[in-house]
Amino acid sequence: MPNDLNAKIEKHTIAVVVDNEPGVLARVIGLFSGRGYNIESLTVSEVDPVQRLSRITIVTSGTRMVIEQIKAQLDRLVPIHKVRDLSDDEKPCIERELALVKVVGTGEKRIEALRLADIFKARVVDATLTSFVFEITGTGDELNEFAGLMSQLGMIETSRTGIVAIGRGPGGF
Amino acid sequence: METEGRVVMSDQKLTGADIVLKALRDQGVELIFGYPGGAVLPIYDALFKQNDLRHILVRHEQAAVHAAEGYARSTGKVGCVLVTSGPGATNAVTGLTDALMDSIPIVCLTGQVPTHLIGNDAFQEADTTGITRPCTKHNYLVKDVRNLARVIHEGFYVARSGRPGPVVIDIPKDVQFAEGPYVGPHEIRHKSYRPQVKPELAKVEEAIELIANAKRPIFYTGGGVVNSGPLASKLLTQFVHMTGYPCTNTLMGLGAFPASDPLFLGMLGMHGTYEANLAMHGCDVMICIGARFDDRVTGKISEFAPGSKKIHVDIDPSSINKNVAVDLAIIGDAGHVLEDMIRIWKARQKRPDQAALKAWWAQIELWRKRDCLRYQKTDRIIKPQYAIERLRDAIRGIDHYITTEVGQHQMWAAQFLPFEQPNRWLTSGGLGTMGYGLPAAIGCQLAHPESLVVDVAGEASIMMNIQEMSTAVQYRTPVKVFILNNQYMGMVRQWQELLHGSRYSESYSEALPDFVKLAEAFGAVGLRASKVSEVDDVIAEMIRVKQPVIVDMCVDPKENCFPMIPGGRAHNDILLGPSDTTEDATPEEGMVLV
Ligand SMILES: Cc1ncc(C[n+]2csc(CCOP(=O)(O)OP(=O)(O)O)c2C)c(N)n1
Ligand SMILES: [Mg+2]
Repeated sequence: MPNDLNAKIEKHTIAVVVDNEPGVLARVIGLFSGRGYNIESLTVSEVDPVQRLSRITIVTSGTRMVIEQIKAQLDRLVPIHKVRDLSDDEKPCIERELALVKVVGTGEKRIEALRLADIFKARVVDATLTSFVFEITGTGDELNEFAGLMSQLGMIETSRTGIVAIGRGPGGF
Repeated sequence: METEGRVVMSDQKLTGADIVLKALRDQGVELIFGYPGGAVLPIYDALFKQNDLRHILVRHEQAAVHAAEGYARSTGKVGCVLVTSGPGATNAVTGLTDALMDSIPIVCLTGQVPTHLIGNDAFQEADTTGITRPCTKHNYLVKDVRNLARVIHEGFYVARSGRPGPVVIDIPKDVQFAEGPYVGPHEIRHKSYRPQVKPELAKVEEAIELIANAKRPIFYTGGGVVNSGPLASKLLTQFVHMTGYPCTNTLMGLGAFPASDPLFLGMLGMHGTYEANLAMHGCDVMICIGARFDDRVTGKISEFAPGSKKIHVDIDPSSINKNVAVDLAIIGDAGHVLEDMIRIWKARQKRPDQAALKAWWAQIELWRKRDCLRYQKTDRIIKPQYAIERLRDAIRGIDHYITTEVGQHQMWAAQFLPFEQPNRWLTSGGLGTMGYGLPAAIGCQLAHPESLVVDVAGEASIMMNIQEMSTAVQYRTPVKVFILNNQYMGMVRQWQELLHGSRYSESYSEALPDFVKLAEAFGAVGLRASKVSEVDDVIAEMIRVKQPVIVDMCVDPKENCFPMIPGGRAHNDILLGPSDTTEDATPEEGMVLV
């Protein structure tokens, strides 16, 4: 953005309610790629089967001016009902992500993996004599930390959902 | 997956093709610009059996969209297009993008292969909704005939409301044959799309205080005023008069404020007038209405109107703070906002600071005295500016519309032709599409059969949709193609001269056709002027003939278009003529700009 070359880059979590119809996700993704915005994480699922509404959660980063542009551009898409910047709330919103982490190994490393999983409140959802699959839920940072430790203990694969988020307090969307 | 089959409103069932035509009629469509093919044959068959809707057969689908744009821009109505699947749809893409960039309301119906073949690489299958997603305001694929009427009405609503734009409705062939219920336009309410047209009053009040206290104000207004409808232009003129402030228009906004008005500074931007650009640079309060701080207007952003307070009125929230950070944003339709501005100005009995305004106008008069549009007058060769000036004088007093192609001729037309009313000036601003002018002129002429419609063209641009001469002849639309033939892609040549060491790489128009014979081959009239003494006669003859005409105006091949603000420069870095040089100072970041 020419005006604010030196402006600070901020990370924002934006929630969008859209009609669950073919092509909506493509519109949102096309908007980000076409205009050169970042997507750090994007999740989508239907949240209202009666009205057929889906909620998309996007984590993006940019200068203040770019973030405002992203919200205005999203709001302009015809099948979009509401756009809300959860990072603009007074209190930080609640963010959660789920990961499945496969760790392969035996002996000391295997025991250490299990001990750490316990500390992180990760659940074992699959086990063989040489492997575990852990399920862990938390903030993105917690998941990064967990994966960082597991990578030294035989982690061979991981799958993450991306971030879902919701505002605090009694207020709704 | 479309499920929402609405409750049947009437027991009567129609085929998809008949639903299409009934919906178009109910939307007030009179003309459809189109081209047939396998995937739209049922709709063409239904067209054959009726007489209310007139179909205009173009010669290329791109031209169908431009013609619909010409119709839409000159009438304020939605333009309607019908093309087949695959190549029909892909050919329409340039027109759709053009309409998106210039905010022109278009509904384009595309045929699609039958639903059971979608995704199979069937003959003439293209992912039309995928391809057109980024070049439409919205698009639809209708897989169930029960949704067809609703989607068409919704499409028209989306195309025309808020910031207008093109909408594609892709209709598989089996849906055109299938029978379903019809719903009328009034039974539709859009679920999510409700653009804000009325402004927040507090913001308007705040704006009025800023405007009234300005010392060096300027109105900078654009296509949003034209799109809002003729009333908005009247209100703009009224409000500008109430303040006595200067007003400049963007390329898209020409005509929204009368060119002959003493408060008018001409067009601003890259080829705008000296006085408009310097007034923008020196203003302390900028009142931007329905314009979008395009890079052709702002020049170097960091030096754009430094120190000014900027008020931005726009119907599209995403236009606010996109390129330039503004101090006060007002979301709303230009007409509504101007109405509120006038009311509040009157109620608060605002008076501008007369002393400051007098000094400001004195400064502007000094800039005006530079006479920035002057050019070398000569008898030896037809100067392109001279040809346009003679055209201007010849059509004064005749009800007329002007379209253009893209290049130097377009800029000269914008600089030298005075537009007193909105909707009279149809040019491709945002996309800059060579080949726009002729089909747009045909669409405009069909809407205004009694008016004079002139396409100010370049010899290179006209070749891009020259096939539409055939359409003009078939429908007896007496459009005038006024070619400023400089034997070059003049605008390209100008940039090469100024920025690339006069290396004229591929910009010479080699092997041009004889435009007079070409006109005759199409069954139109061809005229040529190669001497200054022939210019007036040729123009008079062009106007007299009640047929399509091509004028080959052989002009100076070397003339450049001034003033010019080279890319990446500030408004006060303006070149006024050939003696101003630029090579010393074109900054590198300017070179990469287009
Ligand atoms: C479809 C398309 N292709 C390329 C361009 C780039 N371009 C802009 S102006 C121009 C030259 C136009 O030449 P001409 O029509 O003769 O007009 P002149 O500048 O000579 O008046 C070109 C190639 C464009 N605007 N549109
Ligand atoms: Mg030329």
